[in-house]
Amino acid sequence: MRRFAIPALAVAVAAGLLALLGFGVAKLGSSSSIDASVARGNYPPAPHQQAKLPILGGSGSESLADLRGKVVVLNVFASWCGPCLAEAPILEKEQRQIVKDNATILGVTYLDNSSASEAFVRQQHISYPVLRDVSGNFVRSFGTTGVPETFVINRQGRIVALQREQLAGTWLQQTVQRVLTERS
Amino acid sequence: MTRSALHLTRASALRLTLIALIAGCALAPAALATTQPPRASLTDIENDVMCTSCREPLAVAQSPQADSERAYIRGLLAQGLTKRQIEQNLVAQYGEAVLGKPPASGFNLTVYVLPPVILAAGIGILLFTLPRWRRRARTAPDRGSAPPTGFDPAEAARLDQELSQFRG
Repeated sequence: MRRFAIPALAVAVAAGLLALLGFGVAKLGSSSSIDASVARGNYPPAPHQQAKLPILGGSGSESLADLRGKVVVLNVFASWCGPCLAEAPILEKEQRQIVKDNATILGVTYLDNSSASEAFVRQQHISYPVLRDVSGNFVRSFGTTGVPETFVINRQGRIVALQREQLAGTWLQQTVQRVLTERS
Repeated sequence: MTRSALHLTRASALRLTLIALIAGCALAPAALATTQPPRASLTDIENDVMCTSCREPLAVAQSPQADSERAYIRGLLAQGLTKRQIEQNLVAQYGEAVLGKPPASGFNLTVYVLPPVILAAGIGILLFTLPRWRRRARTAPDRGSAPPTGFDPAEAARLDQELSQFRG
């Protein structure tokens, strides 16, 4: 019996370490579940809707829940990201079009410092609200691993479309129009 | 007090003064260091923080985000902030993921707790098993000198005879 004590202990320790590794990897999450659900047309609710994020360049905070009832185009960006710079005028143009239809673009900065983000907003004449996700927890709950990424959220708070790369103006216009006209 | 004793005392005093002077010179920078925080440098900070998008140390990261982070640190250095203040500022901007060493809380505790636990367990296993292995080795019969078991003397003689034929 005692002959097996040490090998059994070694196996138990190895199994424990493997379980720990598995737990750590699982905690990283995955973007595939949201993408797959949206592709199937089984629109998932936007995660962390109650999470209050600080408003860039201002006091106070805002959450997705505060915007419930509106169509929200959530754009994750950073000032250092070239594609984000390229799509900023497209988003601003769209904002001016949709604001009258009870819809809004909502920028969320990710992996960026506030002074650089504020400079970006000023230079790009962005008029839509921009929040800061300092910890990255809110953005990562959408499966985001890089910037830019865009999620279109309907009036019921469900993700109905997404782009995990630089968006095109036509895609944005058509998608938002489709969501605006869908029955509430 | 005799003349030689006086001489000895003077020599001792001189030696003590010299030791005190050398010790004072050696400890002065350390004392200064404790009163005045060391001036931070970009190289020093780069080694201890991460490029948060590329998930590698900022010192080796080459990406637009890394460049942006470096520019931000340079701005903080220009304000004369200490390394600790800069790190706190970076955490406020980029979150705790910016730190090279994760904070010792939650799941991150395993990073600090596991290595010493595994080391202690390894030492414990060795301390337990090594004496047993040595005891077993001591008590085991010397296999080199023991005659082969089950080897008939008649067969041994025949083997010797056959081997002698080969040797010629």
